[in-house]
Amino acid sequence: MSDQMQQPSSGRKGKKALPVGHYRGLGSWAVVFFIFLYLPIVVLIFYSFNANRMVMNWGGFGLDWYLKAFQNDDIQQAVWNSLIVATVSTIVATTIATMGALVLARGGSFRGKTVSLGLITLPLMVPEIVTAVAVLIFFSAIHLNWGLGNVIIAHITFCIPFAFMPIRARLEGMDTSLEQAARDLYASPWEAFRFVTVPLLMPGIVAGAMLSFVISMDDFIITLMVGGAGSTTLPVYIYSMIRRGLTPEINAVSTLLLLVSIAIVTAYWILSKKTQQSTVH
Amino acid sequence: MSNWLPKSAAGRRWLGLAPSYFVIGIFMLVPMIIMGVFSFLEPNPYGGVKPVGSLAAYVKLFFEYDLEDNLVFNPGYLNIILRSFQLSFGATLLCLIFGFPVAYYITLQPENRRNFYIYLITIPFWTNLLIRTFAWIIILGRGGVIETPLLWAGIIEDSLRMMYTDGAIAIGLTYSYLPLMVLPIYASLEKLDFRLLEAASDLYANRFEIMTKVVIPLCKPGIIAGCILVFIPCLGAFIAPNLLGGGKKLMLGSLVQFQFASARNWPFGSALSMLLLSAVVVTLIFYARAARKREVTEGSA
Repeated sequence: MSDQMQQPSSGRKGKKALPVGHYRGLGSWAVVFFIFLYLPIVVLIFYSFNANRMVMNWGGFGLDWYLKAFQNDDIQQAVWNSLIVATVSTIVATTIATMGALVLARGGSFRGKTVSLGLITLPLMVPEIVTAVAVLIFFSAIHLNWGLGNVIIAHITFCIPFAFMPIRARLEGMDTSLEQAARDLYASPWEAFRFVTVPLLMPGIVAGAMLSFVISMDDFIITLMVGGAGSTTLPVYIYSMIRRGLTPEINAVSTLLLLVSIAIVTAYWILSKKTQQSTVH
Repeated sequence: MSNWLPKSAAGRRWLGLAPSYFVIGIFMLVPMIIMGVFSFLEPNPYGGVKPVGSLAAYVKLFFEYDLEDNLVFNPGYLNIILRSFQLSFGATLLCLIFGFPVAYYITLQPENRRNFYIYLITIPFWTNLLIRTFAWIIILGRGGVIETPLLWAGIIEDSLRMMYTDGAIAIGLTYSYLPLMVLPIYASLEKLDFRLLEAASDLYANRFEIMTKVVIPLCKPGIIAGCILVFIPCLGAFIAPNLLGGGKKLMLGSLVQFQFASARNWPFGSALSMLLLSAVVVTLIFYARAARKREVTEGSA
């Protein structure tokens, strides 16, 4: 793979004649692309320091809206709800996904494997608004009114595939020889699983848990439809703030949520890079 | 410790899969079936349904009753559906035009830099969509980031009125799902053998021909996958039409939400969801058939 890449990139130094496969303007196109991708994020963070009451009118630099957001009881409640929902959903979804991934990656081929895979990845294929509406109808049909519990059930459902994918990828890239060695050394199947498979699988499980946590923290549409009064999560609260009028308080809260997501995804990226290296060596 | 586990491999298999089946089956598959049933029932004026069979929800997609109770053709909802498809198609095309050169550019970079670019592309994807779309209000809106400098420099004299237009929705959709276009295209370009490009060049293909006759055909699976990954969520989008279209320029997704949140016509909302779902299924079938066709032609080659 890397040899193939070397040829065009080694020829990059001669700027006059463009090597085969290179095109003029690609670099500038990419620059415009990344500006487009990051402009909204930069603008959002920048305006969170606006001291003015209106987002659009710049009234000088200030941390006023961060202070205001921290003192807002509704925001605190929404943050708590988001954290509870994301934590519980992540733990349950990751456990379920790990069990499923073990069977689907290690269970050999069996009847119903494709169907099982399809079912687990179903939440990825159905448009979010359809899931939201279907779950809303279902909860009302069976008269389930658990408040935050309803939201958690919905979140567990759509978090399963996000936890499942990295775990299965890890399992498929894992060598079974260590587990066999453990069995040869008289470890019981449970011991081999507990002390060999699980530690080796851990990076996949952690990655899966991180993705579900981020997905659950960020979910808006499903929570908006399923959650009743009193089960407002942070994104739903932000939406109600946007509807009420644009103040930099929205930017301040959003910036904090943004930073949490970026921190988790960065940790995930570093982790997956490390595991890539550890499986290569 | 492991005594409680079923002895047979099949038993253990189903024990491992049972929780997934239970959760996704009961809280996703069954609700979708109930939704399908609801779309054939009569609405209850205060939300919910009456257990009376009716095709009214589907009739409402195309017709309405006039003052004399005659059924007349009503293109209102059809127009919204049509606009959803147009906007989704437009956004998919914009993503492709904007994203493909970037995916290609990343492929040309040395490996560690490639990984970093991919990381940069995935970051916005994992951050909250609502927040990212909200940021576009500040950029496009009256007195926003684009208008203010133009007004100040005297290039424009009045507001550009970019918000609450189809264009604003298209930009929002493109922005929302751009990473979903770039990533699969990059994945298939990464496997591209660059010696083929050299070979084409040796055979007197010019740059344009190398791109259209070698690179694009070889990464077609990635392009198709990217287009589908963008098109499907666009079709059901709720946030972009709601925030950037101001709730007046409805799309299918926002229309569905409206039926449950405000209009309280559950059967009609269910029928719209079924329509959305069938559009997704048709798209996926098209994709699966294209993939199978490719497998067959590659197998015979």
